[in-house]
Amino acid sequence: MPKHLLLGNEAIAWGLVEGGLQVAAAYPGTPSSEVFGTLARLAPTKGFYAEWSVNEKVALEVAAGAAYAGARAAVSMKQVGLNVAADPLMALAYIGVKGGLVLVVADDPGPHSSQTEQDTRLFARFAGLPVLDPATPQEAKEMAKAAFALSEVLGLPVILRPTTRVAHVGQDVGIDETVVSPPFTGKFAKDPRWVIFPSLAAKRHVWLNRQQEAAQKLLAATPFNVFREAESELGILASGVSATYAEEALFELGLKVNLFKIGTPYPLPIEPVLSFLKRLKRLLILEELEPVVEDQVIRLAWQHRLPVEIAGKHDHLVPREGEFNVDLVRKIIAFFAGVADQLPPEMVLPPLPARPPVLCAGCPHRASFYALKKAAEGTDAVFTGDIGCYTLGNAPPLSMVDTCLCMGAGINIAAGLFRVGPARKQVAFLGDSTFFHAGLPGLVNAVYNRAAITIVVLDNRTTAMTGYQPHPGTGRNAAGKPAPVIEIAALARACGVEFVRVVDPYDLAEAVRVAREALAFPGPAVVVMRRECVALAQPKKPCRVDREKCLECNLCIEELGCPALAPGPQITPACTGCGLCAAVCPAGAISGGELS
Amino acid sequence: MSFDIVITGVGGQGTVLAARVLAAAAMAAGLPVRTSEIIGMAQREGVVMSQVRFGDPLWGALIPDRKADLLLGFEPAEAVRGLPKLKPAGVAVVNTTPVIPVTAALGLSAYDPQACLAYLREKVPRLYLLEASRLAAEAGHPRAVNSVLLGAAAALDLLPFSAGSLLDCLLAAVPEKYREVNRRAFEAGKMAVG
Ligand SMILES: Cc1ncc(C[n+]2csc(CCOP(=O)(O)OP(=O)(O)O)c2C)c(N)n1
Repeated sequence: MPKHLLLGNEAIAWGLVEGGLQVAAAYPGTPSSEVFGTLARLAPTKGFYAEWSVNEKVALEVAAGAAYAGARAAVSMKQVGLNVAADPLMALAYIGVKGGLVLVVADDPGPHSSQTEQDTRLFARFAGLPVLDPATPQEAKEMAKAAFALSEVLGLPVILRPTTRVAHVGQDVGIDETVVSPPFTGKFAKDPRWVIFPSLAAKRHVWLNRQQEAAQKLLAATPFNVFREAESELGILASGVSATYAEEALFELGLKVNLFKIGTPYPLPIEPVLSFLKRLKRLLILEELEPVVEDQVIRLAWQHRLPVEIAGKHDHLVPREGEFNVDLVRKIIAFFAGVADQLPPEMVLPPLPARPPVLCAGCPHRASFYALKKAAEGTDAVFTGDIGCYTLGNAPPLSMVDTCLCMGAGINIAAGLFRVGPARKQVAFLGDSTFFHAGLPGLVNAVYNRAAITIVVLDNRTTAMTGYQPHPGTGRNAAGKPAPVIEIAALARACGVEFVRVVDPYDLAEAVRVAREALAFPGPAVVVMRRECVALAQPKKPCRVDREKCLECNLCIEELGCPALAPGPQITPACTGCGLCAAVCPAGAISGGELS
Repeated sequence: MSFDIVITGVGGQGTVLAARVLAAAAMAAGLPVRTSEIIGMAQREGVVMSQVRFGDPLWGALIPDRKADLLLGFEPAEAVRGLPKLKPAGVAVVNTTPVIPVTAALGLSAYDPQACLAYLREKVPRLYLLEASRLAAEAGHPRAVNSVLLGAAAALDLLPFSAGSLLDCLLAAVPEKYREVNRRAFEAGKMAVG
């Protein structure tokens, strides 16, 4: 097979296609987005169906429908997306599937770009579903390909769980570019098995629990659990990417220790793990996040009265938070093996500037936040935020995000704050993709229960944070083809919101005026701040500072915190010409800009 | 033999492309590769680090501390931030043009680029400082900093593939209309250290 440099996520997409994928649905989320991004690109030529769904629950249900009929289906999402899809997932484990159903759920130890560090392997155990934990992009591809058959043999959805360091790692991976998806020729067969009454659930619960045994045996026969023998009474059991760190650390330390790489952490394959345990005096278990493998190993060791000593999370040798790396694993192994290790002394660095991520130069969200800030000046308004690029509006000098919890929460947090502070203005910000994902029920709830809050939809015509995916408001579908446009303003009106306005945030004066009106409105009010994401827009001529007129008051810098404004003030080549600084300059010293 | 490269900079500077081009050149030379990137929120003007490893033996994609053979620093402070990855005897190629973070423009955090460069001079025996931002602008586009740094790295007789092969991989990775600019930027980088 010809080799290509593929990210783990791209490799997974190819694995799914080689595995006979017929229907794919997803909602983006770092670090999972490139799985479906790749599938969307491949769908037209490979002949499978692919959609960006409005959220993860919808995606899973769409895929489940296809799998009920017998098609091979896949969904992808980030770990917190599985929380949104948890309701269908838990019941689906009871109901089962006919066609193979694979959930690609990317975990993010660190976390690098997530609101939690939850461990999907634990979720799999909770739901009673097999989970695969790849160590490399190449293995992730093999697992994705094999997962459909595992799912069909067991009649259960299977979870493939890459972590950031597989999902966003590139490797030379062989792919079969000629493969195409088999057309689906089956048909959904009506059967009471698809209708989950309590009486059926009671029976299926027994079935599901029995399947754990079948799954365990099946996973034991896969090539994903690899034992490397050494002449030693010590052993290391490592799940997923931790195994690569363990191998490198052992090499660096020059240590020979038995190593068992686990690729199927739940249900843990009993026979091979037992025979591994039997040869050891002491065992170290390496897995990021929760002790999923460790708990199963401790149970096995106790059940079989094995005298092996087990080191891991429960004796606090291995951290339960954050991501691993070779240096950390090396320290742990050296301690476990009782060998001295000489690491070079830590470098003491000079003071470095803080460089947190910020809204891009020209980001329309900056203008929207600024408009609301001006409109609410002198009040003690609360600004609830939500999840997207605009969460970055919390940084000074804007400081316009007082809360952020999970996707869609902002409107409801504002409504809750309103119940206990009705005299205070509550402003909820959310992005357009977030609006469709989980914002809509909150809007309906606010109208129904008369929460007099201001809802500001930051409509940048894309899902920017996760890589500019389309959504139902954009008029494009996953294939880049025209799609019906679902208008946020029209939806708000249809929900019964009496104050609905659409305004361009680059037109600062008008945006401030509309924001004032919205804040004064005695009922739920919706303002759609509509302006295309600057990363997708045609670049415009940068702004210029007229040195003669500039008062050097620094107001532009201090009010906006734009990365294209350097001390001076000077406008750097990063400027996109949005003109917001021109609008705030008291001396009229900045020219250029979109609307000038 | 394996070879580890750490690339540090500010989100939006093109570190990811540089990593992919190096990996592609290694693959063209028949070497197994791993790269690691942080994609997501950090890309919005935050601290970014890409890692490229190739050769044999090869395990995970993360380079241990003090193991990288080469550091490409797209910005002085970020070069310093990445320095703990570099071998004591490693080589660093660093752009001297700072990117002033918003925190510094607002006076919330201090940034002394000269102090960062002085620290690099003190700690890195084989240090190549170049005004990559100016060279990129002169080549036709301020965003071609990555091509300048790749050109410089290629001229150092360190990498297990030729400058010509690296340039080919670079040109294959950029859109047609930017090829000439990137070729010029690459050559300018080569000249700057040659
Ligand atoms: C349940 C869940 N799914 C997915 C994500 C990943 N995610 C973070 S922000 C975001 C979408 C942001 O899009 P939008 O609301 O349009 O704001 P923008 O980034 O464009 O400003 C997504 C999908 C998440 N954090 N939680």
